[in-house]
Amino acid sequence: MSAIPPKEGWYYTKIAKEEKIWIGLALVVCLGLFATMILWHVYGKQNPSFTTYKTNVHEFNALYDAFVEKYKVGEEHGFAVVKPDPNTDVFMRAQIWRWEPVLILKKGESYRFHLASTDFLHGFSLQPINMNFMVYPNHDYVLTFTPTEAGEYKVICNEFCGVGHHLMVGKIVVEE
Amino acid sequence: MFRTCDITGFKVDRKVEPLIKANAVVAVVSLLLGVTGALLLVLTRWQVVHLLLPDWYYRMLTFHGLNALVFWIVFFEIAGLYFGSTIILNCKMSTPGVGWFAFILTILGFGLVNYAVLAGKADVLFTSYVPLRAEPVYYLGIILFAVGALIACFLFLANLKKAKQEKTYEGSLPLFTYGLLAACIIAILTIATGAIIYIPTLLWSLGYIKSLNPAMYKLVFWGFGHSSQQINVTAMISIWYLGAFLTVGGTSINEKVSRIAFMLYIIGINVASAHHILSDPGVGTEFKIFNTSYIMYIAVLASLIHAFAVPSAIESAQRRRGFTKGLFDWLINAPWGNPAFSAVLLGMLGFGFIGGVTGVINGMEQTNTIIHNTLSLPGHFKGTVVIGTTLTFMGAAYYIVPLVFRKKIAFFKLAQLQPWIFAGGVALLSSSMYILGAFGIPRRHYDITFTGSAFTHTFNPATDLFWVLFAIGGILAVTGALIWIIIIVVSVFFGKSLTGPQDMQLAVASPAPEAKEHKGLEAPGTLVLSILFMVVFLTFIALNYGWLTAMWEVK
Ligand code: HEM
Ligand SMILES: [Cu+2]
Repeated sequence: MSAIPPKEGWYYTKIAKEEKIWIGLALVVCLGLFATMILWHVYGKQNPSFTTYKTNVHEFNALYDAFVEKYKVGEEHGFAVVKPDPNTDVFMRAQIWRWEPVLILKKGESYRFHLASTDFLHGFSLQPINMNFMVYPNHDYVLTFTPTEAGEYKVICNEFCGVGHHLMVGKIVVEE
Repeated sequence: MFRTCDITGFKVDRKVEPLIKANAVVAVVSLLLGVTGALLLVLTRWQVVHLLLPDWYYRMLTFHGLNALVFWIVFFEIAGLYFGSTIILNCKMSTPGVGWFAFILTILGFGLVNYAVLAGKADVLFTSYVPLRAEPVYYLGIILFAVGALIACFLFLANLKKAKQEKTYEGSLPLFTYGLLAACIIAILTIATGAIIYIPTLLWSLGYIKSLNPAMYKLVFWGFGHSSQQINVTAMISIWYLGAFLTVGGTSINEKVSRIAFMLYIIGINVASAHHILSDPGVGTEFKIFNTSYIMYIAVLASLIHAFAVPSAIESAQRRRGFTKGLFDWLINAPWGNPAFSAVLLGMLGFGFIGGVTGVINGMEQTNTIIHNTLSLPGHFKGTVVIGTTLTFMGAAYYIVPLVFRKKIAFFKLAQLQPWIFAGGVALLSSSMYILGAFGIPRRHYDITFTGSAFTHTFNPATDLFWVLFAIGGILAVTGALIWIIIIVVSVFFGKSLTGPQDMQLAVASPAPEAKEHKGLEAPGTLVLSILFMVVFLTFIALNYGWLTAMWEVK
C-alpha cells in the first residue's frame, strides 16, 4: 500500500493475468523498437553517420578554403557560391552567424559533407525537409547526403550560439 | 515532539513541519518566477506580438528553464523527501539542524543563479554548453544548490535508517517511500555526475582550466541533466501511488511488480543520456543504439509497468467499492471533485499520451533527426515535466495544505477546476509545439522570419494556425498555474485554519474493501486503455519512420 506498509505476504502474491499480458506486450514492443533501429541501418536510407574526424580551426579553415577555391562559381550577398562535383567532399563551415558557402548540388548524386564549427556549437537544420544535426568545434562530422528532390533549401541554426543566432541562415540549391 | 494528526492518524514531528513548509514555499516562489518567464516567452515566440528584444528573450529562456525545471521541482522534491521519510513513517527528522543548513545552501544557490541570469552574467541557457561561458558566480550558484540538494538526499536516508532502528513502522517500507528511495538513489548518482561537470566548468570560467571539450561536456552534462528528469519521473510516480491510495484507497494490484519497476529505473536510466547526442558527431552507432535502446528501454519498460499499475490500482479499488458495471464505470464514478485526483489522473494521461509517445520518438536513433533541437523537443518535455510532474505536484499540494500547513483550501470551487485549465492549456501548448517542430520550427530561436539575415526561410503557412494554438495553450497554462499559486498562497498565508477532520475538503479514503471471490480480470478497463495507448504509440512511431523516407538520404 502506498502510504502504509504493504500487507504481510505481498511478495508472494500472484501477478494478475492482465498485468502479465501487459508486461509481455510492453516487453515485445520494447524489443521491437530496438530491432527497428538496427534494421533501419540495414534497410533504411536515413541514418545519422558515425564518422567523425578530429580537426581544429586552422586545419578545417584550410580545407574549407581549398574547397571553395576549387569549385567556386560566383557570389551572393557576400557568400561564395560553390558547385562541387558529385561524389566529392563538401566542406560547410559554421561560424557566428553564418553557414558557408552557398552550395549548388545535383539531385540524386551523393556528396560527402564535412560539417564543423570554428567557434560554438551550432545546429545544422536543413529546411524545409527538416533534417537536424549538431555541429561542434574541433569535430569534423561527415555526413553523406543524397538530395532526392530539386529545389531551394535553407540551412538554419537551431543550437543557441549567441544573440545573433537567429540570423544564421545558409542556402543549398539542388538542380535536376 | 510529536503531534498526532487527527485526520490521518500519523504521528507528525513538529520539527520537520517548518522544514517542509520552507522548502514548499520557495518551490512556489520559483514556479511563480518560471511562469512569469513562460508568459514572456510565449508572447515573444508568437511573432504576432514578438514582445522581447533578442538578449532578453535568451535571458528569459535561461531564467524560465532554471526556475521551472530546476528550482520549482527540486525544492518541492526536497519537501517531499522529508515528508515521505518522517510523517509517513511516524518518525522524527534525524537532524533538523542539518536540514536548515541544506536549506540555506539551496537558497544561496537559488539567489546567486537568478542574480547572475538577470544581471546578464549567464546568457548561456540552462544547458550552458561550452564554449559558451557564464561568469563564475553562475556555476558557483549551481554548485551550492546541488550540494544543498545532496545533503537533503542524505538526510532522507538518515531518516529511513532512524525509522528502521526505532521500528516506527512495521514490515516493508510503504510504496510511496520506497519510490522516493529510488528517486533519492538516482538523485545521489545524478548530483555526483553534476559535480563531475560543473566543477571543471567553474574552474574554466575562473581561468584555471584552459579549455574544455564541448562533446565531453555535453555528454556528461546530460548524464546529469537527463538523470535529473528521471528523479522527477520517479518522484511523480511515487505521488501517483500515494494519490491512488489517498483518493480512492487503491493499492497496487501487485506490490512486487511496482517495486521491481522502481528498481528498473535505478538500473536503467543513468546511462540513457546518450539520447541527447543522437544527432551529434563523436559517438559511434553502437554506443548510441546500446544506450538508447537496450538500456533506455529498461526505463521505458518500467514506465509502461507503472502506467498500468497505477490506474489498475484505482480501478480495482473502485470495483471493490461497487462500481463494477461495464469497462469504465469505475472511471466515470471516480472522485473527480477532488482536485488532487483529477490532477493525478490528467497528469498521468498527459504524461503517457503526450510525453511518453513523443519521448520514445525522440529517443530513437533515426527519428531523432526529425525533432532534434526543433520546437518539438520542448513540446515533448512540456508533456513530461509540466503536464506530468508539475501537475502531479500541484495535486499533491492540495493535500499538503490541509495536512501539513493545517489550512483549508481557499477558493475550493476554483481549485476543482484548476487541474483541468492547466492540463488543457499544457496539452494544447505541448502538442502545438510538437507539430510546429515537425514543420522545422527551431527551439531557442528569437526570430523565425530571420529579419536582417542575408538569406531567409519561410515556413509552411500552416504553421500560422499552430502558432495561434500555441499562444492560446500557453496563456491558458499560465492562467492555470497562476490560479494554483494564488490558491496556495491565499490558503497558506491568509486562509482559515483547519480545526479537525470536519474541515477537510478532500477525502482521505479508507483502504478499499477486500475483494470478494472474483472471477475474470481485476482491471479490464485499464487493460483496454493501455492497449489503446499502445496503438497510438506505435502509430506515431510508424508515421515518423514514414516521414523519414521522404527526406534526403543520409549515411
Ligand atoms: C506554465 C506554463 C508554461 C509555459 C506557457 C511554458 C512555455 C515555454 C516556452 C514558450 C518555452 C520556449 C521554447 C523556445 O523558445 O525554445 C519554454 C521552454 C522551456 N520550458 Fe516552459 N512553459 C511553462 C511551464 C514550464 C514548467 C512548469 C517547466 C518545468 C517544470 C518548464 C520547463 C521548460 C524548459 C526546461 C524549457 C527549455 C528552456 C531552454 O530551451 O533552454 N516550463 N517553455
Ligand atoms: Cu549557430
